[in-house]
Amino acid sequence: MAKNDLIGGSLWEQYSNKVSTRMNNPEHRGEISDAEAKELGARLIVADWGAESCGDAVRLYWAVDPKTNRILKAKFKSFGCGTAIASSDVMAELSMGKTVEEALKITNIEVEMALRDSPDIPAIPPQKMHCSVMAYDVIKKAASLYKGVDMASLVEEEIVCECARVSLRTIKDVIRINNLTTVEDITRYTKAGAFCKSCLRPGGHEKRSHYLVDILSATRAEMNKDKLLTQAEARDFATMNLIQKHRAIEKALDEKIRPALAADGGSVEIVDIRESEGTVSVYIRYLGACKGCISSTKGTLQFIESMLKRELADNIRVLPV
Amino acid sequence: MDRIYLDSNATTIVDPRVKEAMEPFFSQMYGNPNSLHDFGTEIHPYMRLAMDRLYSGINAKDQNDIIINSCASEGNNHVLKGVYNDLIRNGPKNEIITTQVEHPCVRNTCAFLESLGVKIIYLPVNSDGIVDVDTLRRSIHPDKTALVSVMWANNETGLIFPIAELAAVCREKGVLFHTDAVQAIGKIPVDVSRVAVDFLTFSAHKFHGPKGIGGLFIRQGLKLTPLLHGGEQMGGKRAGTINVPYLIGMGLAMEMAVDSLNYEASTVRLLRDRLEDAILTIPDTMVVGKRALRTPNTILASFRGIEGEAMIWDLNQNGVAASTGSACASESLEPNPTFVAMRISDELAHTGIRFSLSRFSTEEEIDRAAVLIRQSTQRLRAISSTYKNGK
Repeated sequence: MAKNDLIGGSLWEQYSNKVSTRMNNPEHRGEISDAEAKELGARLIVADWGAESCGDAVRLYWAVDPKTNRILKAKFKSFGCGTAIASSDVMAELSMGKTVEEALKITNIEVEMALRDSPDIPAIPPQKMHCSVMAYDVIKKAASLYKGVDMASLVEEEIVCECARVSLRTIKDVIRINNLTTVEDITRYTKAGAFCKSCLRPGGHEKRSHYLVDILSATRAEMNKDKLLTQAEARDFATMNLIQKHRAIEKALDEKIRPALAADGGSVEIVDIRESEGTVSVYIRYLGACKGCISSTKGTLQFIESMLKRELADNIRVLPV
Repeated sequence: MDRIYLDSNATTIVDPRVKEAMEPFFSQMYGNPNSLHDFGTEIHPYMRLAMDRLYSGINAKDQNDIIINSCASEGNNHVLKGVYNDLIRNGPKNEIITTQVEHPCVRNTCAFLESLGVKIIYLPVNSDGIVDVDTLRRSIHPDKTALVSVMWANNETGLIFPIAELAAVCREKGVLFHTDAVQAIGKIPVDVSRVAVDFLTFSAHKFHGPKGIGGLFIRQGLKLTPLLHGGEQMGGKRAGTINVPYLIGMGLAMEMAVDSLNYEASTVRLLRDRLEDAILTIPDTMVVGKRALRTPNTILASFRGIEGEAMIWDLNQNGVAASTGSACASESLEPNPTFVAMRISDELAHTGIRFSLSRFSTEEEIDRAAVLIRQSTQRLRAISSTYKNGK
């Protein structure tokens, strides 16, 4: 909590001057008529996104040059709060002069940055960040209309937090890599859920297809499963049955020993494994250049034995046949 | 150009006479009324006068209590948590009945009690936006229900609830009844001798008194565990040194509010109706609730095609202060239960604007506001993607 949070009611005070200016007088409000598009030799695209019942709706007009795919003119109309209007205005401005492909790369974060008075101070308070997401969505819609493709085909990644544009994959990775256990941690690491908070859990500002609480518990469950499986495989060498011991020794040979021998054109294979009186005897046969090498009964043998001891257990003895 | 304040359900201007009456109690008569010396006792006659004004303002007998506290939120917490302690935690009952449309200070306190295991029944409102007497009657379980809490008038819509009938049902069933009268005092008559309320709460700043002081009426003979424990102030029912200047102010504000009830019912109502009529001449607008069922100062209007926060921003730029229940400005998109019940949820969820007048509103202001509201509507509809003329 900061003093401003305690005083409250500071929503509008956190809007940048640019937001206010564009709310009061959006430069690119309005429509593009068929005649106007024709005059520009452009194709007119009219894209609608959102609905009044959801609290946000925006219509984007693009006049696109069909030869170059360049957006010659952009206008918008909006049913939304002031920040939605300001965001749509900037979005129209940013899309002008770009090709449709380039415009597709405009994100809500870019729109928000463009509304900042100073690069370090957010243009809008966190809970209003979702208002700028509309701007991103409607561009996708317009591009899909222009290209005659399904909008879903333009979405590269599944986005969980629209405000901060954090994907499902990123969130899962961050949970795994950093072993996160709380939703607050996810927000701290990724900024997902730091803005309008809709994606934290059901019942927030708007309905989402993914919620951080669910992703966290699903990922934690997956991690637990993986851990169990790893544990099952990495059981103590001493308690392994002979087949598991064989596998473990083969694995150690593959990973730690054979690559070194191969460098000199040689290799090694297991002939037998015998256990008696607490000792595991591994009988090996040298292959390739190792066969008959002077070191094969001394240095190389020592190397193999000490490596297996280090990787698996102290009671391993390696015997060449 | 002077600003126009049309947000009196949020708070009101302190009447200059109230401010003047408070003045001597800051630096001249500043004693603690609990002190035995003259600095303390010289204040008592003024406090008695203030208390008399509060008692007669709601027509309470001297045997009743009006506990002076900090605000209606405190009073409502006191009633709900006190009854919880007395009749649920240390008693045989386990449920509290309230409504889906209470102010957050009742709703969230109930949610807190719910987390302690109390069963809370949230009554819906009917198609008029009002709590139905029969719905309450059916919901009461005399052996289980500890308390019924229903607001006297709704802060957003101004709709007045049938408190006399609701209270009578509770009295008949032997269940305690509380009403949050914050939006009623000074707007419509509130008379505890004619209405069987057991607890009633109010706040001075809603009737031209200062912020930070309120009152809790407790009917004679009722036990209510304190919310604030400490010294013996308020007869041990609410600890904390009394805010003397504010009490003096609230007393006068109450007297003036009650004296102004006729003015509210006539002039303020006419001004409200004048503004409402002007709003309704703008195409595709609507106002929630029948006029006769509302407090005389409140309009909750919807302007199709205009998001609420955009509207109050634009009005604010032009010097008009109103408020919005628009979900965009709040944390949740949960539809307002009043609007759902009245089947106006889709329109109102994002377009509702509340204009609330007071006895300080003038005809000139109302006419100017009407023009500015029309201009805002035109400007915002011109850039609206969802509004089409006449469609």
